[in-house]
Amino acid sequence: MSARVGVITFPGTLDDRDTQRAVRLAGAEAVPLWHKDKDLKQVDAVVLPGGFSYGDYLRAGAISRFSPIMETVIEQAKAGLPVLGICNGFQVLTETHLLPGAMLQNNHLQFICREQKLRVENADTAWTVDYEQGQEIHVPLKNMDGRYVADERTLAELEAEGRVAFRYLDVNPNGSLNDIAGITNAAGNVVGLMPHPEHAVEPLIGAGGTDGLGFFTSILKKLVNA
Amino acid sequence: MTLDTVKHAAETPDTDQPWAELGLKQEEYERVREILGRRPTGAELAMYSVMWSEHCSYKSSKVHLRQFGEKAPETDALLVGIGENAGVVDVGNGFAVTFKVESHNHPSYVEPYQGAATGVGGIVRDIIAMGARPVAVVDPLRMGAADHPDTKRVLPGVVAGIGGYGNCLGLPNIGGEVVFDACYQGNPLVNAGAIGVMRHEDIHLAKASGAGNKVIMYGARTGGDGIGGASILASETFDDSKPSKRPAVQVGDPFQEKLLIECTLEAFAEKLVVGIQDLGAAGISCATSELASNGSGGMRVELDDVPLRDSTLSPEEILMSESQERMCAVVEPAKVDRFLEICEKWDVTATVIGEVTDGDRLEIYWHGEKIVDVDPRTVAHEGPVYERPYARPEWQDALQGDDAAKLARPANGDELREQVLKLVAHPNQASKSWITSQYDHFVQGNTVLASPEDSGMIRIDEESGLGVAIATDGNGRFAKLDPYHGAQLALAESYRNVAATGAKPLAVSDCLNFGSPEDPAVMWQFAEAIRGLADGCQQLGTPVTGGNVSLYNQTGEAAIHPTPVVAVLGVIDDVARRTPVAFAEEGQLLYVLGDTRDELSGSAWAQVIHDHLGGLPPKVDLERERLLAEILISASRDGMIDAAHDLSDGGLVQALVESCLKGGKGARVVIPEGQDPFVTLFSESAGRAVVSVPRSEELRFTDMCGARGLPATRIGVVDGDTLDVQGQFSIALSDLRRAHEDTIPGIFA
Repeated sequence: MSARVGVITFPGTLDDRDTQRAVRLAGAEAVPLWHKDKDLKQVDAVVLPGGFSYGDYLRAGAISRFSPIMETVIEQAKAGLPVLGICNGFQVLTETHLLPGAMLQNNHLQFICREQKLRVENADTAWTVDYEQGQEIHVPLKNMDGRYVADERTLAELEAEGRVAFRYLDVNPNGSLNDIAGITNAAGNVVGLMPHPEHAVEPLIGAGGTDGLGFFTSILKKLVNA
Repeated sequence: MTLDTVKHAAETPDTDQPWAELGLKQEEYERVREILGRRPTGAELAMYSVMWSEHCSYKSSKVHLRQFGEKAPETDALLVGIGENAGVVDVGNGFAVTFKVESHNHPSYVEPYQGAATGVGGIVRDIIAMGARPVAVVDPLRMGAADHPDTKRVLPGVVAGIGGYGNCLGLPNIGGEVVFDACYQGNPLVNAGAIGVMRHEDIHLAKASGAGNKVIMYGARTGGDGIGGASILASETFDDSKPSKRPAVQVGDPFQEKLLIECTLEAFAEKLVVGIQDLGAAGISCATSELASNGSGGMRVELDDVPLRDSTLSPEEILMSESQERMCAVVEPAKVDRFLEICEKWDVTATVIGEVTDGDRLEIYWHGEKIVDVDPRTVAHEGPVYERPYARPEWQDALQGDDAAKLARPANGDELREQVLKLVAHPNQASKSWITSQYDHFVQGNTVLASPEDSGMIRIDEESGLGVAIATDGNGRFAKLDPYHGAQLALAESYRNVAATGAKPLAVSDCLNFGSPEDPAVMWQFAEAIRGLADGCQQLGTPVTGGNVSLYNQTGEAAIHPTPVVAVLGVIDDVARRTPVAFAEEGQLLYVLGDTRDELSGSAWAQVIHDHLGGLPPKVDLERERLLAEILISASRDGMIDAAHDLSDGGLVQALVESCLKGGKGARVVIPEGQDPFVTLFSESAGRAVVSVPRSEELRFTDMCGARGLPATRIGVVDGDTLDVQGQFSIALSDLRRAHEDTIPGIFA
C-alpha cells in the first residue's frame, strides 16, 4: 500500500508543487489541500510547505494559522496525525503552538539563500526515521524570518527531551538559538524546520543532492509499517 | 468644478490646457486637436500625453527599432514576435517559452527598494499576460562606483527590493550581472528579465474582440500612486485645493501579484479569457487603448466602476494611475460568472468595468457623462515618430586612438601575480554572492543552474528533461568605444554564455539603455548599437523577440555609457547534460577554444590597473561564435567536457579563478610556446571559452575541434589547491578566495 500525504496551499504558499513532487518521488501519493476547506480528504499525513502565506504581512504564519483547514490540522495533530512544517509551515506551526518558540527576522536583517549543512539530532520522529542519528545532510535554506527563539525554560526542555530535531552545522545562517534548525513535539509526529528538504530530492536540481528525500521516505516507511 | 466632458470640450475650444506641463510638445498638442477635431478633454489630454511619452510610444527609437523586424533571420522558432507584451519561442515537445527584459532605471534611483521591486512585478505581469506561468527572473544591474557613498544607498536597496518582491512571488532568480562604473552614478540601470512557460495552445494576446464581451479589471484597487503628470493636470487645472503631490514611484505588493498569477493561470486553464493586458505604465489608459486598438471593435468603459482605494481620485487620475498588481481581461458574457468565481477563490478583487462595442471608438464615461471619445489607434499606435538628428561625436576618433597598447604591462611573474589578485578583487570582477544569496534560486524545484554559472537554466519538462537557459550581458565600455561592435559583443557574449552551459541559443530580448535622444551623439550611439545588434542577430540566426528602450539616462551633459543589455534564450534537450563552470575533477585537461589576440583596449585589466578607457574593442567574428557554440553544445551532449566557462571580462585568468573556486580545485597552467603570458591571461578576445576535458575524451574532443576548424589549445590541468602558472607565479586558492569573495561584503555588508 501507499500513503496519502496532503500538501496545504495557503494564499502565498510557494513550495506546494515542489513538495508534492518530493512526496511523489518518495513513492507516496500527494494530495493537494486548500486552506479554505476543513476537510483533510483522509490523508495519512500533512505537510505545510514554505512560502510567504499572506505575504508574511503582520507576522510570518500569523494569518494562515487561522485558516479553516488549520482547525482540523490542529485537532488531528493532537490525536497523532503526522505534520511537517517547512519554513513558512514551521512558522505557522509555532503560531498554532503545536510547536513551541517563534521565528524572528534573521540577525543580519537580510533574506538568505544558501546550501546549508545540518545534523539530524533526532532520528525517531515520524519524519526522520529514515536518517541515522547524528547524520549530516545538505539541504537548501532560504528565509527572511528564520531566527528560532524560545524562552530559556523551553530551550532547556527541548534539549533535555531530545526535541531539537536538526541543528545548523558550520554556519548559523540566521542567529537561531542553540543553532536550532528544526524541532519536534514530544510525541514526534509534529516536526518543523526552516531549511527546505523538498529542494534536495533530485540530483542536478537545486543544490544538487538528494539528502532531503529522507523526510518523505521516513513518513512513507512510518505509515506503511504502521 | 465642472467636469470636462466631451461636450464641454467641444463648447469651450479656447480653454487653456497644461499640455506643456504634461510633457507634450506644441506640435503634438496641435496634432491631438487635429485628430479629435476639437480640443481634448482633460482626460483625453492625460491619455495622449502619457501614451505619446517616450516611454510608451518609442517615438525617438521606432525608426531604428524597425531593423529588428526588417533584418529578422528566418526561423521556425518564433511563435509571437515583436509588438506583443513579450515574444514567444517554440522550444519543442509542444512547449513555448516567453521572455523579456525591461528597465526600471529612473524609479530605482529615486526609491531603490520599491523601484526595483515593481520592476520585477511589471516584467512578470508581461509574462502572465502572454498566458505563461512565470518560471524564473534575472536582474542585470549597473551601478555607480562601488566606493561612492550613494551606491551604498542604491545597491542594497535595489537588491533587497528585487529579493523582497521576487522571493515572495516564488520565482527563482537565476542570473543577471552587477557592474559598477562611475558613469552610472546618477543613473543606475536596473533591468529585470523574466521567463515564462506554456503549451503552444495557451498563448494569449492583448486584444479586445467580440462585441458584447466584458472588460474585467482585477487585482489591486486603484490608488494615487505613480500618477505623476496626471496630478499636475488635476491640481493645476481643476481643483487647487486638494493635495496633488503623490508619490511618483509606485509601491509593490508581491503577495497580491502572487494571487494574480495563480488566479490568471486558473482562468487561462479553463479557457475563460479572450484577450488580456497587464496594467503598467499609463495604467488604464494604456490597457484599454491597446486592447481596443489591437482588437476588431471599440470599447466602452464606465470609470465609476473601477475599484478605488482612494475615493477622492479624479477621473484623470484614475486613468493615469500606475498602481501595481492590476490586470484587464476580456471575457465572453457567459463566462464572466466563472471568471469572477475564480477571482473570489483567490481573494482577488474583480469588477466588470466595460465592454467591447461594435464601433471603433474608445469611450469612457464618468458619472454618466462621456469624458473620452477617441480612436484608440491614435492613442496607442499612431503617436508621433521622430527622426532625431544623429552624428558621430567629435571625440570618438580621439577615444579610439587612445589605445591600451601604451599602458604599462606587468614585467615579471611577481607583477602578474599582484595584478591577478587586484583584478579578481575589483568590485566588477569580484564574487557577487553577497547579492545573489539574497535571492531565492531554488523555489519551484526546477533550477539546474543559477548565478554565478554562465547562464541560468530551468527544467521545464520533468519527463523529458527539456530545459531552457538564459544569459544577459552588456559591456558599456566596449559600446562606448564602438557602439556597433559593442552591441555585437554583448550579443556574442550572451550567446556564448548560453552555449557554454550546453544549450542551443534560439532568440534574443534586449534592454537598450542610453542617454538623451535629443543629443545627436547619444542618438548616434543608439542608432549604431541597434544596427549592430540587428546585423548580429541576423547573422547568428537569433531573432529579437522584444525588449525595451530606456532613454534619458543622463545627468546634465553627462550620459551613461551606451549600454545595450542583451538576453539570449536557449534550449537544451536534457538538462542532465548541462555543463557547469566548476573544475571538479583533478587530472582533467584544460583547453582554451578560439584565438587569443593582443586585445586589451576597454578590458577589465585596463580599467582595474590603469583606470583607462580608450582604443577599439576586441574584434567581432560571429561565424566563429557560432562554431564555438556548436562545439560547446556537441561536447556537452556527448559528454566530452565536464566544465566550460566563457572568456570575457578579465580574460582567461578571471575564468580560471572562478572555475577553480567554484569547484574547490586548483589548476596548473602552462603558457603555450611563443605566447606572451600577460596577453594569454588578460586579453579579452571574443569567441573563446575554457573547457575541462576528461583524459578519456581528449582525443575525441580535439579531433572534433580539428575537424570543424576550431583552434583548441591545451593550457594545463586541474590539479592541487593553487592556481599555478608555470614559470610565472602561484597563488593559493585560499588567497584567491579571500580576494574574490571579501570585496562586495566589505563594501556593502
